[in-house]
Amino acid sequence: MDVSDSILDHLRHVAALPDLTGTRYELESEIGRGGLGVVYAARDRQLDRRVALKVLDSALAGEAQLIARLEHPAIVPIYETGTLPDGRAFYAMKLVAGARLDRYAAGPHSLGERLRVVRRVGEALAFAHTRGVIHRDLKPQNVMVGEFGEVYVMDWGVEAVAGTPAFRAPDARMDARSDIYALGALLESVLPANAPPALRAIGAKAMQADPAARYPDAAALLVDIGRFQDGLAVEAWSEPAWHRLRRFGSRNAVLLWLLAAYAGVKLLLFFLRNI
Amino acid sequence: MNKIVVGLLFGLILGAIDGATAWFYPETHSVIGGILVGSSIKGMLVGLLSGWFARRVESTRWGVVVGAGLGLLFAFLVAAMQKEHYLEIMLPGFVTGAIIGFLTQRTGTRVPVKT
Repeated sequence: MDVSDSILDHLRHVAALPDLTGTRYELESEIGRGGLGVVYAARDRQLDRRVALKVLDSALAGEAQLIARLEHPAIVPIYETGTLPDGRAFYAMKLVAGARLDRYAAGPHSLGERLRVVRRVGEALAFAHTRGVIHRDLKPQNVMVGEFGEVYVMDWGVEAVAGTPAFRAPDARMDARSDIYALGALLESVLPANAPPALRAIGAKAMQADPAARYPDAAALLVDIGRFQDGLAVEAWSEPAWHRLRRFGSRNAVLLWLLAAYAGVKLLLFFLRNI
Repeated sequence: MNKIVVGLLFGLILGAIDGATAWFYPETHSVIGGILVGSSIKGMLVGLLSGWFARRVESTRWGVVVGAGLGLLFAFLVAAMQKEHYLEIMLPGFVTGAIIGFLTQRTGTRVPVKT
C-alpha cells in the first residue's frame, strides 16, 4: 500500500463517518457493526457522558422504538432517537463497559457464573416475548457482560434481520421458539468442554429442529437450568439410574452421613455389649 | 405441611424405629411395647420442638445442632428414669435428634398458610 492508497482509505473512512451536526453528540470511535447499522462510542455534550450511538443503514427507526418498549434490567436502555442530516436514523443508548459474551466465555469463569449470564439473557428474552418482541439474532456477540457482572442483550432484531447461521433456527417463520433455539445455542457456546450431560441435554432440547420439540418458552428453559442448579432432575434428560443415585447422594449427603452415624452407633453398642 | 407437623411425624417414625431396635436385645422382649411407645413419644417431643425451631430459624446447621441437643436431653431424661443403659439410650437418641433436626429444616413450610 503506497501513500496515495492510505490517504484514499482514510478519506473513505472519514466519508463513512456519520455527520452528527445538529445533534448533541460528538463522535469518538467505532465500536462495532451490528444488524442494520454501525455502533459508535460518542459523547453526549449536554449531559457530559459517554453513550453508544447506533446509526442505522436506512431511515428505519423501528429498531429503536422496538427496544424502547422493553424496559428490563438486562436490556440496554435507549436514551434518545433521531435522524441525521443524511436521513439515516440513529439512537443513543447506554454505553456498556465490559466484554462481549463470546470473549467473556473464553475467560476462566465458573460454570455457575456462565449459567448466571445465560439465565439473565433468558430472563430478558422471556420478558421481551411477553411484550410480543422476538430478538431474531441472539448470539454471544450480541450479549455484553458489564464490569459489575450486569448482563445486557443488544441488537434486538427487526424484520430484515435473519439471524446468524450457527444460532439461527431452521424455521420457515421466525417466532419466539426461534429465539429458544438461539438461547440453546448460546448456552452450548458458553459451556466448558467438561459440562455435565444434563446441561448439554438442555441445550440440545432447545435446539431441536422441530419447534414443537423445543421448550415452549424461555421460562421453561430457565426452570430446567434452575433444576440442574438445585441438584434436581432436568426435563430434557432421562438420566441413567447410577446418575440419579449419585445426584441423590450429593443432594442428601448430610442426611446419609447422619443415617450412617446412627447405624455406626447401633453397631458399636451391639459390639461393645458382646465383647 | 408445616414444620411442626413434619417434626411430629418424623419424630414418631424415627422414634418408633429407634425403639424397635431394642428387639435385638433379648431381655427387652417382655417390655418392647413400652419401649416403642416411650421412644415414639420422645421422638415426637424432639420433632415438635425442632419443628418449632425450624419455623423461626432457617439454618440446616443449627437445626442439626438443636435437634441433636434435644435428642440428647430427652434421651438423658429417659435413661435417668431407668437409672441404667445411659450410653445405649443417649447415643442413638443424640443421632436420631440430629436427623429429626435436619429433616425439619429441609422439609415442610416455614410460615403457616393463611386461608
